[in-house]
Amino acid sequence: MAAEHPVATPAGDQTRIHNIGYRAYDGPRLGRSYATRSLYSQSLRGAYGLGRSVKSKVLPMLLFVVMCVPALIMVAVAVATKANDLPVDYTRYAIIMQSVICLYVASQAPQSVSRDLRFKTVPLYFSRPIETADYVRAKYAALASAMFILTAAPLLVLYVGALLAKLDFTDQTKGFAQGLVSVALLSLLFAGIGLVIAAVTPRRGFGIAAVIAVFTISYGAVTTLQAIADTQGSTSAIPWMGLFSPVTLIDGVQSAFLGATPSLPGGHGPSDGQGVVYVLVVLGLIAASYGLMMRRYKKVGL
Amino acid sequence: MYDPTVARLTYRALLGRRRALILGALPLLLIAISVIVRALVGADDQTASDLLGGLALATMVPIIGVIAGTGAIGPEIDDGSVVYLLSKPIKRPTIIFTKLIVAVAVTMVFSALPTLVAGLILNGNGQQIAVAYTVAALVSSIAYAALFLLLGTVSRHAVVFGLVYALVWEALFGSLVSGARTLSVQQWSLAVAHKVAGGDLVTSDVGIVTATVLLVVVTVLATWYAGQKLRTLTLAGEE
Repeated sequence: MAAEHPVATPAGDQTRIHNIGYRAYDGPRLGRSYATRSLYSQSLRGAYGLGRSVKSKVLPMLLFVVMCVPALIMVAVAVATKANDLPVDYTRYAIIMQSVICLYVASQAPQSVSRDLRFKTVPLYFSRPIETADYVRAKYAALASAMFILTAAPLLVLYVGALLAKLDFTDQTKGFAQGLVSVALLSLLFAGIGLVIAAVTPRRGFGIAAVIAVFTISYGAVTTLQAIADTQGSTSAIPWMGLFSPVTLIDGVQSAFLGATPSLPGGHGPSDGQGVVYVLVVLGLIAASYGLMMRRYKKVGL
Repeated sequence: MYDPTVARLTYRALLGRRRALILGALPLLLIAISVIVRALVGADDQTASDLLGGLALATMVPIIGVIAGTGAIGPEIDDGSVVYLLSKPIKRPTIIFTKLIVAVAVTMVFSALPTLVAGLILNGNGQQIAVAYTVAALVSSIAYAALFLLLGTVSRHAVVFGLVYALVWEALFGSLVSGARTLSVQQWSLAVAHKVAGGDLVTSDVGIVTATVLLVVVTVLATWYAGQKLRTLTLAGEE
């Protein structure tokens, strides 16, 4: 086509660019924070399979139900037998259900980030007004919120049930508040670790296995060593070992400051000084996972 | 029944780049823990048995089995590149069998070998504990690899289902409901280990005959059915 119309037209020709009616967009620009919020809400919905296919709703919903059913049973038992207290502490519940929580974070963290990496949609996000920090913050906040919903819902069931069973109001409220603080910390910590691992690999299956391996192997290793230390009588070393696995970290923090009974062998909870170390390590890990995510996404897809 | 090219491609998919490092991290951790325990406790048969049974056989072997078993076929089906393999004049059961061999080999190298090393470090094979658990790890490697390879051909969420079986069924239900233990690869392999090593430290809830029969049946059936699944494989889009 271009050959038929010579480019060099004689000067003074009536050359002009036709106006074919394209119009500039002059509506409101919703901007960076709106895009971040959208990414957050989409990721949060995605973590429960909402807005995705039926098949991908099955697993998160199933895990959510599995989390809540034992709480319902406990409440039913407490109401029926007119017990003076719930069979399980609020802070204890998440530790008992840890394998469900680990499975949830392992299945949903890669869902949230690995697919963006694999289908190379991350550069598309960054062609919008959002920046690296916005993407990381939105994904982190979304997964942490999803985990908080997962872990706080059974506590709410327990609390409402406890009030219905006319248990002591101040006592239950205090326990519930402590439980909420503990699961909030747990959500932030688990979501951070899960996302950092998942963000490394674009393969979803491999991400799931890697996340679950980190959680279960570290927990298995730490509890085995603690049990051995307990039988050997070197009890002073037991709390320090708890620093090396996410589940025992949360357990240590809540038994030091949130009135939980430690699940360490022999009931050797951390002292106040060790509790401070536990809190520092938890906060440090949360900050480190945020920092690692930021580093990972600095030059992703470029 | 064995195709070297398919085997080479599968090895590369399983151990390529950083994946071998991550697979290698687990055995290294086990060996590191054994060294620490040996230094702390000294050679103690009960401790060695607890550590190998609780950490190596109950956690490490299934997880490596899931990674190797589903990783041998899952990603290929996931990204659709399996059609290039299926369009070659190779029988589908041959593909499955080759991938099974590779998955078994990888699982054995990354789980049974470190178990043996850890056992030797822990108590120098006292009361045959190291050998017993190594046999258990070898046997369960075969069954896990076959089982999880089948899962890889059946479901897109093979890793999750595999982990649910390994962690929730075997660990959680196995400790609560004793009936669940009869249907657990871990217990079957322990029965074989008990037969090999003798002694009272390595025990199983399942008899040796039942265990062997179930192990063979599960492995053969899973491999056969995976071959059948691959013959009628339909490729679905991403979600």
